[in-house]
Amino acid sequence: MLHPILPIARYTLLEALRNRLLWLALILVAAGLAFTQFLQQVAITESNEMQAALLAALVRVGSVFMLASFVVTSMVREFNDKVMELILSRPMRRSSYFFGKLAGYAALALALALISSLPLAMFAPAPQVALWGLSLACELLIITAFALFCVLSLTQVISALAAVAGFYLLSRSISALQIMAANPLSDALSLGQHVVNFVIDAIAFLLPGLDRMTQTGWLIYSAPSPSEIIGVLAQTAVYLLLLCGAALFDLQRKNF
Amino acid sequence: MRDERPLSHVSGPVLALLAAGLALQIGLHAAAPQARAKGADLLPPPATTLLRLASLGEPIALAKILMLRLQAFDYQSGSKVPYKNLDYARVEAWLSRILELDPEGQYPLLAASRLYAEVPDEARQRSMLDFVYRAFLQDPNRRWPWLAHATFLAKHRLKDMDLALKYAAALHTYITATDVPAWASTMEIFIREDLNELETARVMIGGLLASGRITDRAELNFLDGRLREIEERLKQGGPRKR
Repeated sequence: MLHPILPIARYTLLEALRNRLLWLALILVAAGLAFTQFLQQVAITESNEMQAALLAALVRVGSVFMLASFVVTSMVREFNDKVMELILSRPMRRSSYFFGKLAGYAALALALALISSLPLAMFAPAPQVALWGLSLACELLIITAFALFCVLSLTQVISALAAVAGFYLLSRSISALQIMAANPLSDALSLGQHVVNFVIDAIAFLLPGLDRMTQTGWLIYSAPSPSEIIGVLAQTAVYLLLLCGAALFDLQRKNF
Repeated sequence: MRDERPLSHVSGPVLALLAAGLALQIGLHAAAPQARAKGADLLPPPATTLLRLASLGEPIALAKILMLRLQAFDYQSGSKVPYKNLDYARVEAWLSRILELDPEGQYPLLAASRLYAEVPDEARQRSMLDFVYRAFLQDPNRRWPWLAHATFLAKHRLKDMDLALKYAAALHTYITATDVPAWASTMEIFIREDLNELETARVMIGGLLASGRITDRAELNFLDGRLREIEERLKQGGPRKR
């Protein structure tokens, strides 16, 4: 089974390199460094912390955006050029194709996490940066798998990107939404509020806890506890399992 | 409807993978600690200019979101003593920022006068009432309802008649809009009456009636009745102006 997966992964990674995605990541980091350096000059105190926090937030969102855009546009191009159909016409399983693409994008996600984390070591202790980078890699893996699932199901750039953006924003804010919904100003909850709370709680069950991942506080205050890191790893593993299942379910039902 | 193969085409391992992933995700979420807002988590707000930059040209939308976020720190689930852990200086700073982002928004002042100012802690009540007072002075014709409520709180909760009089006098002095109900600007009269400043109250009611600002017949009759009542008390030797 590994035989077709590795070449597909390799060509996916090659496509990313030829799209100059890693150069783009380096440019993002350089621009982020320049921007935060400017802000650091203005800061009266905690200048290192400020630079670390702003750069971390910038590269985190930038990496997610670049990766999701690349996964979606690259897959849509494969649909349109009939590359996918060509590959699937070969004697191979659809799951091999899926895992090959996922492996290629995942390697790219790891490279992006590395490029994003390294400059932060200038402003924060290396062990903390390493844990932050590990968490970013996990976050990017989830985004990769979700973007792949969306594009396989929706097959359109705009709808897939919108779905990924919605998923990312919701996953990062669902805890805050739950707190707001659970603590209304009046003691008596109306039926409508009960329904809204139920829907929010149900959505929360299906979303990964991205708000608990890749926290800036890990860089500038204290390193994450072992339980937090285990939580991040467990969440990533479980969610990748779920997304792989969902994407393969959709791919196996697809008629070409 | 999409052209799809029937469900029977999905292999068993994929269905098992999907089911296992779903079950594990639900289990993991259920096992994870529930998020709780803690008073200590309320950090000082960033500068208004930074917030404006972060709003990407949508300061009003950002103000609404920030208000909801601040609210999430308020009424904590299971706690019947709300706000007890909140740093009121920070709450006030957040409310100020939100007002600066959305000066026409009433939510921060509603929260200040009706939520944060109603805690069973006099110092916190006073700080919130003072915030409402300062905000009122910036836009009296729009923000008067909250200072009117603050006047009520000062009088009945804090039992601080001087403070209530200060707020009521501000309502009387600074409200210029004609669509504001007269009771708001006449609160000062009744507080002065309660303070036995009968002469001043008499002069104020007389001036109000003469100004023609009161047009409602029932209100005119009510104020006229109060005027006569005050005059009667003055004749009987009631206290004069303080």
